[in-house]
Amino acid sequence: MTLISPMVDKDKTAERVRARIESGGRDPKDIGFRWLMLATLLFSLLVLAVLVVDVVGDSWSVLSSRLGDFLANPLRSRSDEAGVFTGLRGTFWIGIFVICLSFPIGIGAAIYLEEYATDSWFTRLVDVNIRNLAGVPSVVYGILGFTIFVGLLDGPFGEDGAFGKTTVAGGLTLAVLSLPVVIITSAEAIRAVPQSLREAGYGVGATKWEVVRNHVLPYAAPGILTGTLLSLARALGEAAPLILVGAIRGRLGSNAGFFELGQLREQFTAMPILITEYATKPGDDWVPVTAAAIVILLLVVLGFNAVAVLLRNRFEAKREGK
Amino acid sequence: MTEVRALNVDDTLSDDIVVDDNRVVMDVEDVSVYYGDFRAVRDVHMPVREHEITAMIGPSGCGKSTMLRSLNRMNDLIEGARVEGRITYQGIDLYGPKVDPVEVRRRIGMVFQKPNPFPKSIEENITFGPRIAGVPKSEFPELVERSLRSAAIWDEVKDRLKDSALGLSGGQQQRLCIARAIATTPDVLLMDEPCSALDPIATGRIEDLMQQLKDDYTIVIVTHNMQQAARVSDRCAFFTTEIDATNDRRTGQLVEYDRTDKIFSNPADERTENYVTGRFG
Ligand SMILES: Nc1ncnc2c1ncn2[C@@H]1O[C@H](COP(=O)(O)OP(=O)(O)O)[C@@H](O)[C@H]1O
Ligand SMILES: [Mg+2]
Repeated sequence: MTLISPMVDKDKTAERVRARIESGGRDPKDIGFRWLMLATLLFSLLVLAVLVVDVVGDSWSVLSSRLGDFLANPLRSRSDEAGVFTGLRGTFWIGIFVICLSFPIGIGAAIYLEEYATDSWFTRLVDVNIRNLAGVPSVVYGILGFTIFVGLLDGPFGEDGAFGKTTVAGGLTLAVLSLPVVIITSAEAIRAVPQSLREAGYGVGATKWEVVRNHVLPYAAPGILTGTLLSLARALGEAAPLILVGAIRGRLGSNAGFFELGQLREQFTAMPILITEYATKPGDDWVPVTAAAIVILLLVVLGFNAVAVLLRNRFEAKREGK
Repeated sequence: MTEVRALNVDDTLSDDIVVDDNRVVMDVEDVSVYYGDFRAVRDVHMPVREHEITAMIGPSGCGKSTMLRSLNRMNDLIEGARVEGRITYQGIDLYGPKVDPVEVRRRIGMVFQKPNPFPKSIEENITFGPRIAGVPKSEFPELVERSLRSAAIWDEVKDRLKDSALGLSGGQQQRLCIARAIATTPDVLLMDEPCSALDPIATGRIEDLMQQLKDDYTIVIVTHNMQQAARVSDRCAFFTTEIDATNDRRTGQLVEYDRTDKIFSNPADERTENYVTGRFG
């Protein structure tokens, strides 16, 4: 005991005690750290704000004068006619592919890994590989999409991939690209479900599926949702893999409507491709067009995130039983 | 049974024989439970009799929860957990190859140490078990009331059945968990330190409740509170740990299993006596 120095000073006079206790938490290190953290936060917000203000400012001439046209026109080579219709349409359908394929498959795989698979060298190997896949550069997924999906779709009729370079190929490629992230984030959300909740379910005679369906998934839903929608937002911003599976940078052959299913078997383009195309055109007249297209893509992604936040809040409120 | 009772009134037989009248509903014969290759508890013999409260007491880490969770195959959820020996329910080997653990848990319900209501409404907490067991919806209102009444919580929650169970106090949550467990009409109720997170008043209510439930159920309770064991139980199993010389790890074992009054007034083993008199070293 005598070897330990006292943590509180020996001086126990009233003034001394008062001075220490009423120091108001003015530890210089604590205060410094707090300001440093605030500065990093402000810095990120500032960068974001500058970007948004800059882009919106540049795009204003287009968005304010011909927004309707801009949304309705396809990719054109004249800056006063150019629009985002085809890009938006492609991005929409690619999003549908990601939602319909990579969400259910990814969440299913995560449920299997977390709830069903026993801990063996095989499951550990699978786990490590999924983590690695999440870090693979997106171009590599493009190559994969080109060799597998374009090749498959090309099938018997096609030569040099002319038939295979369709919306389907692009959608499948980005679905595969987002799969590892969907699996990882869903698995993490499922792992965070307290064991006591599972025990409660099994304790009243529920089967594994009943426990997963009624208790584990509802509890993990907010986390799964956040992760999956973020991966969707990331997939929709990808240009590199789409270039490899043959997204078109010029006029498309078809003039299918936004929701027409026929276009799935046709050539396609997408917002990031279209933005790249506009951005690389010479001439100042393309700057507002590019900026306007970026604003539209930002709005789409923000829209998804807003939906994610709303759904998450709803699930969370439910989880707390409100 | 009636014969024995009659003799008892006559006061010609010693108490020891009288208590043996209840039927053995679960039997634990020569059981050891392992986690991987670690033997957590060994050589347990413990018949559980119908309409009695059987308590398991002993210092922390001696394998009480492990033993209890083996009784309804809750330990199946832990990877590597393994039971050696025989645990029977109504004469059926619970670890037999054809046994469905889900069906076992419907008959042998469980209440956990920390109250763990589902994060859903009070009503849904009760109806989940019956719903998956195929009870028709039309029976739910009556079933909810009956279960909550049996768990002595009906009056406190009857006006807020649709409210979240998480809004209840700790003691109320635990009684809700008991109600949830009896809603599936099990035979046996396992309770793992059900009062350890509760204040004395809530504890008292749950102890009273156990006495009422005894008429309909068989209860096995783990407690580290000796007064509680003495107050509520009919039989008492005292566990302790000893160091396994071969691998220097602590393995739990059953020291003595007998009627509670015997364990507390006249134990056969010195270790039991030391523990119940508070001289445990
Ligand atoms: N899931 C587990 N995995 C490995 N060892 C465990 C596990 N649960 C309990 N044990 C070990 O088994 C022994 C008995 O634990 P437990 O049954 O919880 O004791 P008690 O309930 O009597 O306090 C302890 O040594 C504990 O460390
Ligand atoms: Mg325990």
